[in-house]
Amino acid sequence: MKEYINQGSKDTRSGFGDGLTELGRINPNVVALCADLIGSLKMNQFIKENPERFFQVGIAEANMIGIAAGLTVGGKIPFTGTFANFSTGRVYDQIRQSVAYSDKNVKICASHAGVTLGEDGATHQILEDIGLMKMLPGMTVINTCDYNQTKAATIAIAEFEGPVYLRFGRPSVANFTAVDQKFEVGKGILLQEGKDVTIVATGHLVWEALEAAKTLHEQGISAEVIDIHTIKPLDEAIILKSVAKTKCIVSAEEHNYLGGLGESIAGILALNHPTPQEFVATKDTFGESGTPAQLMEKYGLNKDAVVAAVKKVMERK
Amino acid sequence: MQTQTKLKQTVSQVRRDILRMVHKVNSGHPGGSLGCTEFLVSLYNEIMELKEGFDMDGINEDVFFLSNGHISPVFYSVLAHRGYFPVEELNTFRLINSRLQGHPTTHEGLPGIRMASGSLGQGLSVAIGTAQTKKLNNDRHLVFALLGDGELQEGQNWEAIMYASGKKVDNLIATIDLNEKQIDGPTDEVMPMGDLSSKFIAFGWDVLTVEKGNNLTEIIDTLKKAKSMTGKGKPICILLKTEMGNGVDFMMNTHAWHGKAPNDEQLEKALAQNRETLGDY
Repeated sequence: MKEYINQGSKDTRSGFGDGLTELGRINPNVVALCADLIGSLKMNQFIKENPERFFQVGIAEANMIGIAAGLTVGGKIPFTGTFANFSTGRVYDQIRQSVAYSDKNVKICASHAGVTLGEDGATHQILEDIGLMKMLPGMTVINTCDYNQTKAATIAIAEFEGPVYLRFGRPSVANFTAVDQKFEVGKGILLQEGKDVTIVATGHLVWEALEAAKTLHEQGISAEVIDIHTIKPLDEAIILKSVAKTKCIVSAEEHNYLGGLGESIAGILALNHPTPQEFVATKDTFGESGTPAQLMEKYGLNKDAVVAAVKKVMERK
Repeated sequence: MQTQTKLKQTVSQVRRDILRMVHKVNSGHPGGSLGCTEFLVSLYNEIMELKEGFDMDGINEDVFFLSNGHISPVFYSVLAHRGYFPVEELNTFRLINSRLQGHPTTHEGLPGIRMASGSLGQGLSVAIGTAQTKKLNNDRHLVFALLGDGELQEGQNWEAIMYASGKKVDNLIATIDLNEKQIDGPTDEVMPMGDLSSKFIAFGWDVLTVEKGNNLTEIIDTLKKAKSMTGKGKPICILLKTEMGNGVDFMMNTHAWHGKAPNDEQLEKALAQNRETLGDY
């Protein structure tokens, strides 16, 4: 079994901030916008080094998305930063018309996604954003799992032509992927080889899936673990290849089961290779206040939930 | 640059195009299109500095965004006569597989269009973004935008209006088509917006008013004045008092033709009031 070491827990949003800082140094066309959440999005260093390439729009997210779309006319690559809720639900029509339908090269960078935002509660904890974004024609949807991957993804999407939704989070989580990784949009990563069950996870649930695989291994169950950072376009090949071997699958994400990664997987399985599937996801509910760990436990989004789902799906083979 | 005679000819032909386009597919928005004909003909033929050909980046030329996308007939006709695409293509307006969608889009690759519009209230923000890019690129050219007056009921505009003055976006000229009408009736009845001039001034803009928004001379003089006021720390707003349905007697003084096409008989009457000058497509 491959071992993954936590190199020191960090928040994924800092990966975004550090990636943006690096972009500021290497790509003169990268510009950034923020709606009054610079500190939360870790954009300070980029702003310090490139004040002329930063646009503070205040608490006006609709205007921010429109300005970002306009900045592309003339060759800039805008990165918008605010919480996931205000990056998507609040500005859906602006993204739909001014960005997606207008084919604008805007990178919508969304922090504080999911319940792990914690104590602020459900007004700020969006669990529907992946669904909203993946339904937009032409939109690429990425949900990164740790600091290193988020930094690599931030840098990579500047070179990727077209609108991108990059989703990451607030809490400090295990940082276990390679520092020097090359981020490939649309390519799943086989983290753990196994033969009894496939676990496909995204975002914060990837580490939980790896932890679950360890527990399952001790119980004699061999779990294959795949990190799907790009939910759209989905790496269908890596999933289909895996289920051909394991014959059952668990999807895991910090998102509603409606509209999430699991739903996309169910779609490709139905078309290509009908396979028993269990969903580790929220069950059509809003979140609430609490610590990230308490919320992951209560809403069934942690290692234990993945283990339980594996047991259940294996019985359905 | 065109002579006044040529501009008048273009205006008359654009009006014919608008009427024939919406008549053919029995849908579309003639009222606002007819009302903005002199403005867009002036802007594209007399005011804007444009490169030959079209590219999405619009570097080293003036750039225009239409926020009230429903007046696409006038936009398409003006773009075609300015040479962005063949005039004959106006024949495909709103038809299946056309680049001339009901509301303008970049998605079908129609030259001259730089953003989709139709869902209202978004164009000013986009125009501001492009104006900021022009500053970053040290491009001295200007950004123009046209908005409907009813459209100002959308809150995003006021976010944008606040931003543009607060951040000194002074390479931007936004024109409001002040025809005082919207789908459900007069703007003053649907959602009174009060004194728009005072509102823009209070938000920190310079405001110019065109009393006769269907008069070529007054429009051109005001646009030239607006251009001379750019680069001085403030965005510029032009309140363009137009007549919805202008150029067709039975379409004026009513909001009835906002989104309604003429029938055969009405088309004939309307065309009789607008001479064929440059040849019907």
